[in-house]
Order: sequence, then C-alpha cells, then structure tokens
Amino acid sequence: MDRPTPSSPTPRGPRRSRHWGDLIFAGLVGLGGAGVLVLVFAILGVLLYQSGLSFRAFGWQFVIGTQWDVRDNIYGVVPFVSGTLITSAIALVIGFPLAVGSAIFLTTQAPRWMRGPVGTVIELLAAIPSVVYGFWGLYVLGPYMRTNVEPALHRYLGWTGAFNGPATGTDILTAGVILAVMVIPTISAISRETLAAVPISQREAALSLGATNWETTRVAIVPYARSGIFGATILGLGRALGETMAVTMTIGNRDAVPTSFFSQGQTIASLIANELTNSNGPLQYSAIIEAGLILLFISLLVNVLARLLLWRVLRVTGGSTE
Amino acid sequence: MNGTKMRVERLSAYYGKTKAISEISVGFPERKVSAIIGPSGCGKSTLIRCLNRMHETLPRTRVEGQILLDGEDILELDPVHVRRRVGMVFQKPNPFVTMSIYDNVSVALRFNGRHSREDTDKAVVRSLQQAALWEEVKDRVDAPALSLSGGQQQRLCIARALAAEPEVLLMDEPCSALDPVATAKIEGLVNELKNSYTVIIVTHNMQQAGRVADYTAFLYLGKLVEVGATADLFERPKERLTEQYITGRFG
Ligand SMILES: Nc1ncnc2c1ncn2[C@@H]1O[C@H](COP(=O)(O)OP(=O)(O)OP(=O)(O)O)[C@@H](O)[C@H]1O
Ligand SMILES: [Mg+2]
Repeated sequence: MDRPTPSSPTPRGPRRSRHWGDLIFAGLVGLGGAGVLVLVFAILGVLLYQSGLSFRAFGWQFVIGTQWDVRDNIYGVVPFVSGTLITSAIALVIGFPLAVGSAIFLTTQAPRWMRGPVGTVIELLAAIPSVVYGFWGLYVLGPYMRTNVEPALHRYLGWTGAFNGPATGTDILTAGVILAVMVIPTISAISRETLAAVPISQREAALSLGATNWETTRVAIVPYARSGIFGATILGLGRALGETMAVTMTIGNRDAVPTSFFSQGQTIASLIANELTNSNGPLQYSAIIEAGLILLFISLLVNVLARLLLWRVLRVTGGSTE
Repeated sequence: MNGTKMRVERLSAYYGKTKAISEISVGFPERKVSAIIGPSGCGKSTLIRCLNRMHETLPRTRVEGQILLDGEDILELDPVHVRRRVGMVFQKPNPFVTMSIYDNVSVALRFNGRHSREDTDKAVVRSLQQAALWEEVKDRVDAPALSLSGGQQQRLCIARALAAEPEVLLMDEPCSALDPVATAKIEGLVNELKNSYTVIIVTHNMQQAGRVADYTAFLYLGKLVEVGATADLFERPKERLTEQYITGRFG
C-alpha cells in the first residue's frame, strides 16, 4: 500500500497502518487460525498418546492382524479396515452414478422450472440426521434386503462367492446401501455446482459444430467439470468412511473380517461407537483408539492421493482448477 | 453474380420481451464475404446467431420471420443439422479446454458421423492448413489447446469450424481479441475461404469490412439501415445514418 519506493527517501511514517480496527481484526483472525491448528495437533497428540499401550503390545501386528479377541486380549484392525473400505466402496459404486447422473440431468436436460426444486430436495437428503437413516435402514431397508434383494442376489450372483451366507438384512451390504443414500446429496450438490459453472462458451462451441444435446454434455460440459466432480466424490467418500450412527445400526456389529456381502461386520467408526465406552480393560481401550488413528490416516491418505491425482490430470490436460 | 446462399425475411429476435432486432430482410450471396457493421448493441451478434439457430439456445428467446438456406426455411429444420451446414466462430476463442489441438479439430468430425482414423488425420491436417495454423502446430498437435496463444486459439477455432465442412461460415468479431499481426492472418484467411464458403462476418472495424467484405450491411438499433456492395456503401452511402456512422460523426 503505502510502502516507500526505493528511489524516494524513506519517509518516517509507520510502515504498517495502525488502525485499531485492523489490529483487532488481525488478532481475531490469527487467533482463529492458531486455534484450529492447536486443536488438530491436540487431537492427534491425544490419539497418539492413548494408543501407545496397544502399539507397544502389538507393533505392526496390529495393522495386519485379522483377529479382534476380547477374551485373549489380542487385537488386530483388519476386520474394521476391511469393513470400512468395503462399505465405502459399495456406497460409491451405487451412489456415484446416481449422484452424478442426477447432477447432469438437472443441469443439462431437465426443464428449467424443475432444476431448483429437485436440486433442493436432493440437498435436503443431507439434512436428515444420520440416526434417522439408521432407523430407516434397520426397519425398512434391512427387512426388504433380507426378503427380496439378498435372495435375488444370491440366486444370480451366488456363484461369485461374494453373495453367500444367510440373508439377514443387517450386514455389510445394507450398511453400504445406506451409505450410498447418504453420500448422494454431497456428491450431487457439488457436482451440480461445478457443472452449472461450466462457461456457456464451451457449450456453444459444441452446439455450433452440430453436436446434439447429449454430445455437448459428454464432450464439452462433463470433461470441463470433471475435477469438481472428482472432488465431490472424494468428499462423499470422506463422509462414508467416517459415518458412524447409521452404520452401527445396520452393519450387524461382528468383530470379524467379512467373507461375503452378507457378513455381519464392523467399520472403524462403528467399532469405536460400540466398544469404546464399555471396553474390558486398558489394552482394548488403547487398541480402539489406535483404530481411530488408522481411520484418520485412511482419510488423510484418500485426500492426499486425490489431490495428487487431480494435480496430475489437470497438468496434463487442463480444465477447471477448483 | 452468384446466387443467394442465405436470406432472412422480416426477421425479428427477442430476449424475453426485449426485441433485439426488428424485421430485418437481407440476402447473403454465395461464395462471397458479407460484413455486418453497426454500433455496439445494435443487434449484430443477435442477427448472426439466428442464422445457425444459436439464438434460441438461450433461455426465454424467440425468433420471428424466415431464415432461408438454399431457399429452405431453417426454422423448420432440425437445429442440429442446420448447425452442421452453418458453422460459427465466436468473438472470444473457445477451444475445448480439456482437449489437445488435434482433438479440438477432430471432434467436429465425430459429431458429423463416423470416420476412419486415416480420414480424420487428413481432415485435421487440411483444416489446420486452411486456417493457416498447420505450420505452427504440426510438431505438437497433441499439446493442450490452451498452450496456444490467443490468436492461434482463434485460428484453431476456425479450423474446428472448417473441419465440419459447413456451407456457410459465421464469424462474430473474430479478431476483436487479437493483435494486428494475428488479425492480418485471419483477414487473409477470410479472403481464401470465400473460394469455397459463404462467409458472414460481424465486425466493429470498418477498415476490416473494407478489406475483406464484398458486401456490407449496416445495422442500427436493431434495424437494417442499408446494405450494398462494400465499396458503394463506404463511398456513396444512400442513408444519412450510414454516412454519419462510417465517417465517425455519430450520436
Ligand atoms: N443474453 C441477452 N439477454 C438479454 N438481452 C440481450 C442479450 N444479449 C444481447 N441482448 C440485447 O440485445 C441487443 C443486441 O445485442 P447484440 O449482442 O446483438 O449487439 P451487438 O451488435 O452484437 O453488440 P456488440 O458490438 O457490442 O457485440 C442489445 O440491446 C443487448 O442489450
Ligand atoms: Mg456482438
């Protein structure tokens, strides 16, 4: 602003303005920033400290151990890591096409009067408390899965081995489907915003070459928005990885590595919700905290990988950089 | 004298309730360059965007009258087919940003049916040559389109439009974002193009109209004031308004 130029003699006035408002504002903002950092490190510190007992007892065996045995006090995290990853994968496989499809439909195909209202309804799905999803999963979706969906899956896909075992409706698959419904609003809303932000000049470029509506969407609009759609998907994945209540209510809560989509299982989040407050001793408590730490690392890893991937894609081919 | 390739009859175009152009009737001769000039906001873009039915892609727009292409009213045809016959170059270069130079041109062929790899290669080279861009990009056709300069991007957009092999090429102030060298290149190009295409060009620049256009139409406040051979219009304008505009005594 009023920094002296090198050629003129340095004036004696203050280099920085000293308005009280500025000072107070800078202080408040700085405090906020520092506070967030302190909070992050405090959480990390507590997790590290409290998982120490388990880490000393099992070392890396904890990360690759497939047993979670409360009686013998042997703890391995694989049942919950696999439960977390499988349910989240189901959520994305089902949720992504529905969410992105709805976003594309609403931004490019739907009549104008329909766009706002339907978009809002989809976003409202995000406002439903997760305990309500859990409730619905337990009493509506679960029974339907048990009597209709799972027997059908077993009949047609049983040969793959992934759809075997008794159909109970409270299992990995049901939890994954609930998660799919829960990630749709996140992915759909953000995708919709990125798609709507594609410059009209890109659309007109395609149209003026004689592209049909569908070709315009496919060639000009979706590629331009892909990084935003990708980011939306990662956000949705983040939500699926950490979702607790709805999963706890529908996944069956068994501390074992799932062998089929119909297995009862446990995610890291549901493990913490189920066992932390009634753990049988300090070692189990510490092991649960260490599992939480691993969930944190998984989320972090997903985000970092996503960023790297995005950066590479954009560097090679251009596109919107949001 | 060539025949008339395109002709509009009593054409009016609206944005909502606003009438942007009003009852315009004018013909565009085949294999000639026709320029549309007039002050900002007079409806030049609106008129040219009606000619390939881009106007109606905006919400709440409407067109009245007739737009004849080879005597057939394009308002009664499928707009997708119309746009394959009537190509367009926009004021700001708008290459597909996620695509390479090559793909930007070849995508135009994809919209127009399937082509063999060999045909596509040939068409891409030919279009880039026609747009006077080939020499500059022949070693890096797989580079991103955005790695080109503004003037090169505009020529890429011209190549892309030409690859679709239109009969008519619409250009809406194609040089307004370019420096004099790039402008000269594109003007040279327009002179070449009229050997095979009917070109309709909007321009703010009267010298440019003088250099490239065989015919010029002057629009004012959404109405056609005067149209004629470019030399006649500039040297012996029939209307006072035209004279005032081309001599820069306006308003
Ligand atoms: N999208 C739009 N919505 C509403 N009105 C518009 C829109 N585009 C143009 N208009 C109006 O239509 C009239 C003609 O605009 P047009 O863009 O055709 O002018 P132009 O001659 O191309 O001007 P310029 O030389 O500045 O490009 C103007 O009064 C403008 O305000
Ligand atoms: Mg214009």
